[in-house]
Amino acid sequence: MNKIKSLNKSTLTNIKSYGLVVLAFIILFPMQNMGLINHSISGLLVPICAYVVMAISLNLTVGFLGELSLGHAEFMSVGAFSSVVVSICLQEAIPSGPLRLLVAIAAGGICAGLAGFIIGIPVLRLRGDYLAIVTLAFGEIIKNIINCLYIGVDGSGLHFSMKDIASLGLTNGKIILNGPQGAVGITKLSTFTAGIILIIFALFVVLNFVNSKSGRAVTAIRDNRIAAESLGISVTRYKLTAFIISAALAGMAGALFAMNFSTIAAKKFDFNTSILVLVFVVLGGMGNIPGTIIATALLYTLPELLRFLNDYRMLIYAIVLIIVMLLRNSERAKQIINRMICTFKFNKSGGKGDEGNV
Amino acid sequence: MTFISNLINGISLGSVYAIIALGYTMVYGIAKMLNFAHGDVIMIGAYTSFCMTTYVGMSPVVSVVVAMAVCTILGSLIEAFAYKPLRKATSLAVLITAIGVSYFLQNMALLIWGSTPKTFSSVVPNSSIALFDGKLIITYESIITIIACILIMVVLTLFTKKSKMGKAMRAVSEDKEAAELMGINVNVTISITFAIGSALAAIAGVLLCSAYPVLVPTTGSMPGIKAFVAAVFGGIGSIPGAMVGGILLGIIEIFSKSYISTLLSDAIVFAVLILVLLIKPTGILGKKITEKV
Repeated sequence: MNKIKSLNKSTLTNIKSYGLVVLAFIILFPMQNMGLINHSISGLLVPICAYVVMAISLNLTVGFLGELSLGHAEFMSVGAFSSVVVSICLQEAIPSGPLRLLVAIAAGGICAGLAGFIIGIPVLRLRGDYLAIVTLAFGEIIKNIINCLYIGVDGSGLHFSMKDIASLGLTNGKIILNGPQGAVGITKLSTFTAGIILIIFALFVVLNFVNSKSGRAVTAIRDNRIAAESLGISVTRYKLTAFIISAALAGMAGALFAMNFSTIAAKKFDFNTSILVLVFVVLGGMGNIPGTIIATALLYTLPELLRFLNDYRMLIYAIVLIIVMLLRNSERAKQIINRMICTFKFNKSGGKGDEGNV
Repeated sequence: MTFISNLINGISLGSVYAIIALGYTMVYGIAKMLNFAHGDVIMIGAYTSFCMTTYVGMSPVVSVVVAMAVCTILGSLIEAFAYKPLRKATSLAVLITAIGVSYFLQNMALLIWGSTPKTFSSVVPNSSIALFDGKLIITYESIITIIACILIMVVLTLFTKKSKMGKAMRAVSEDKEAAELMGINVNVTISITFAIGSALAAIAGVLLCSAYPVLVPTTGSMPGIKAFVAAVFGGIGSIPGAMVGGILLGIIEIFSKSYISTLLSDAIVFAVLILVLLIKPTGILGKKITEKV
């Protein structure tokens, strides 16, 4: 009986998650084509898709693996820049845009997954806040290195340098990565459709992983590491698997994000971006995939919707964030809300009189 | 000589990190939360001192005292409104709230002072001592910063060791429930810790901006992150650890800037942190906590 119930629950989550994305696509795609969405919002569609994928992937680390990562944007960064390099190099080999985007996103995912593997080995030895601070440190290191990296391409292949453009020694070539200015000359390949497909892919990977044997092992480790270990679950192996999947998805999100702009700099993927995604995940609910999708879409558009407030919008955003956190987590707020709901439910007519006492 | 002058610069920068890290480490030790808004309290402290000297015409020393008062009040207010209701919530919820507070302070500063950088005039007389026929130049700023750091360290150690409040703080950080049973008012103790941390942040802000005089609303974030790293480096929750971590971090940063690469100095600082944490996962002076099943 219990098994059927839990099965139903996971199927329900799947239906909710996929349904939400498909519904969003069905509503937004024709609207975008007919020009019903205003320009600033329609420009946000691809970044929203990228951030939804980011949030889903971070939810795997934070929600299911139970480890706080403060440097998730580093994987986005690795994915973004490797995909840009791949897409510019393959410009002639693969003329078809969507196909090149696919290859670039795959390359971004593979590189970020590799980075996740390399970083995961030392990081996952630590626990709690120490793990968080090391992910932060890796994020800063990667940002710093990409800031000093120069990559160019010409007839003889790729050229790398850590100094400047001149030392690349390009003959009639093209600069791809220009140090602090970041990647230049990107062909915009990302589309809303591609973004939705990537979200569905990410959902497929994460939901299947979570409901698989490995996924159950991962949640067991989160709930009680020592008990899980005593049952013969290899903690490092499963943690690392989840971390790599999460990193690879973040890399794909980065690739999608980068291909939406003509230039992109490493400082776009800094500590603040990592925090932004973490906020999406926490507000959407840790381990709650549909919630994360909604929270990301809402919170990412919120500053845009608040544009009429001009200079005050980020201030209002901060206040909204604090208030939401207080309402959701404070004991007193919970009591007050519960009492209000009770008053409303059982005493619809006399509700006003009671509220004075609250 | 360059080596010694770099060393002194490093210790001076490290002293600023150490003062900020003290605020982080005390709050972490007692409330078990990462107060990400701490870096922005530094920025508010620096702006307050800037306004007091530039617009009101106060003497620099008085402006520091005013900045400390403002930051203490600000720290207590933040604690009372944003953190106190979340005492029993998960640490992640508190972390996100702290991030919200950090955004709030930055954007508040942006509204009040605008995004154009302000040039902070040093609170310390802008001259230096030349030793060894002018081969070794030490600025007054470095000297004052180092002295301030040592003073704060001594006072804080005495405070936590000897005073009643300090003992209460140590008791709360060890075991909240037991401390409560001993008649310690845990809430007041936590609030006072925040107030002290914020006052220290004001001093750090003024010293930081005396050395690096560009003041913008995001001035506090990077030093804040680095000081946090310093606190972890030395063993978070430990006061001498914050001091050691801060100064080591400052020295590593200045040395890698002058001997390796300016652009990569931050990467080197963080790489050293990772190495230290891998070898000694609780930091240099951190206590090892054994897990019970």
